[in-house]
Amino acid sequence: MSRPVRPGRVVAWLAVGVAVLVTVFPFYWMVRTALTPAGALVQDATLLWPSDPTLINFRRVLGLTTVEEAVAAGGTGAAIDFVRYTANSLLYAGSVAVVQTLSCAAAAYAFARLRFPGRDALFGVVLAGLMVPGIFTLLPNFALLREAGLLNTMVGLVAPAILTSPFTIFFLRQFFLSLPREVEEAAMLDGVGSLGRFWRIALPMSRGPLATMALITLVGMWKDYLWPLVAGNSEATRVLTVALGVFQQQSPNTAPDWTGLMAGSTLSVLPVLVLLVLLGRQLVESLNFSGGK
Amino acid sequence: MPREMPRVIRRRSDVWTAALLLGPALAGFAVFYVSPTLRGAYYATTDFTLLNEPAFVGADNFRALLADEQVWTSLRITAVFAVANLVLMLVLALGLAALMQRLRLRTWVRSLLLLPWLVPNVAIALIWGWLLDANVGYLKNLLDAVGITGVTFFNPDAALWIVVVISVWSGLGYTALLLYAGMLQVPAELYEAGALDGAGETRMFFRLTLPLIRPVLALVLVVSLIGSFQVFDLVQVGYGNNPIPEVRVIYYYIYQQAFSFYKMGYASAVAVLLVVLLGALTYVQLRLMRADRSDLA
Repeated sequence: MSRPVRPGRVVAWLAVGVAVLVTVFPFYWMVRTALTPAGALVQDATLLWPSDPTLINFRRVLGLTTVEEAVAAGGTGAAIDFVRYTANSLLYAGSVAVVQTLSCAAAAYAFARLRFPGRDALFGVVLAGLMVPGIFTLLPNFALLREAGLLNTMVGLVAPAILTSPFTIFFLRQFFLSLPREVEEAAMLDGVGSLGRFWRIALPMSRGPLATMALITLVGMWKDYLWPLVAGNSEATRVLTVALGVFQQQSPNTAPDWTGLMAGSTLSVLPVLVLLVLLGRQLVESLNFSGGK
Repeated sequence: MPREMPRVIRRRSDVWTAALLLGPALAGFAVFYVSPTLRGAYYATTDFTLLNEPAFVGADNFRALLADEQVWTSLRITAVFAVANLVLMLVLALGLAALMQRLRLRTWVRSLLLLPWLVPNVAIALIWGWLLDANVGYLKNLLDAVGITGVTFFNPDAALWIVVVISVWSGLGYTALLLYAGMLQVPAELYEAGALDGAGETRMFFRLTLPLIRPVLALVLVVSLIGSFQVFDLVQVGYGNNPIPEVRVIYYYIYQQAFSFYKMGYASAVAVLLVVLLGALTYVQLRLMRADRSDLA
């Protein structure tokens, strides 16, 4: 602290301050708008806090108001049930995150540690899957589910992602390769089979990276939009992102229902905000891990 | 350094365990990656509309797309978006990462900067659509007040640049954290030595940091470029189901052909073109960056 303050450092800290402000302000404005009565939107346009804050926008997007109340508060009166969409999103993202991580961990362990013919060629093929842009496989996957009658079902929605992700396999394989072999070799000498070494040794030793991978997948699936839009846009399977898009398109172009839209957006941000507060440290550290080779 | 295992243990092959462990993931890979890749390539040579039995039409779809103004327009729009996104993102993210590294920013500040990456693009499109609303957008009014006019969400001249800015804003913290992770690998002694030699922060950034994080930089470049070519949510939600022509990116075009007009065959052909383009770009990038080697070794 006794060092003289150099102007360069002042500028640097100022830049950090600007970055934080620019990052956070749009979210603040989203919440501020969600708390503003629709009727006061124009009048309060430049106020940093609404003159008459209200929870009515949250209540109406959660389907807790009557149609009359919703229309009076600036909505179209169309049924919106963000409770259901949020539950769908949690189910969609949560089930894929858990199952995909386990299934890919098993495959990654086989690629990292087991000996079998064609291993490296097979791994090469899986890696090549990383290079194919999503929309190329999305079209045939849509046709496939349509033939199978699985459109607009949760099973169909999770099917393409729930077992496999080339990225997850690649990432976890890298991690298993970095584990010291000695523990597994000792177990091998004690007569533990290859399955036991995976289940009882490698998996428990990898709790951190597995949690990281599940977390990254969870976030990715939570944000997913195009696939659930084409494969699950019925009321029963609609996820939060699709619901927000539909909400936007129902709202009149000339005077969008901004207070309702911002309330809905806030609901889509809230869970990840909780995640960030609870697991921010782990998430940030894990990006260090995945980025630093 | 694969160490040879004792001979007694080596003799057993793990074929059965491998089959068991690989089973679920490879089944998913076969059904939802390999098979659709082959089917997609096949659809591209048919007149498939979802409602008919696909009939082989040879290279008709490809001939049609070569003559299709809109394919090339949307590719040009996407390329402009991708390059602008990449350059702006990289410059800002490198700066932010250097700040994280040299100021030793605490974890909570870094995780705060990660927030936009956690939020669905759909919500981000809505938030910025509202901030830049032509009538009462807060940011739009702010910009008006300092003399920068015309930055409204649906202004055709500004729209594509607005999408670029939003996209950079949402990915900046994440990209900076990846680069920062690379920077952590650079030994602190190098900076101490540099400081002793009288090098300033700027000089050390260009002479030390930048060359030494090349592998991470290459990775980020490739991933960002592929990602930029897939921009969709921001446009489809921000600009609605019938966006203004200035922001009709290639993903939107394919989506529209497939799901509004049911031209699956044609949409697949355009997707094949995209795969080829992205593959070539990635290859060139990796070669140029010599991604596999770091100067640190």
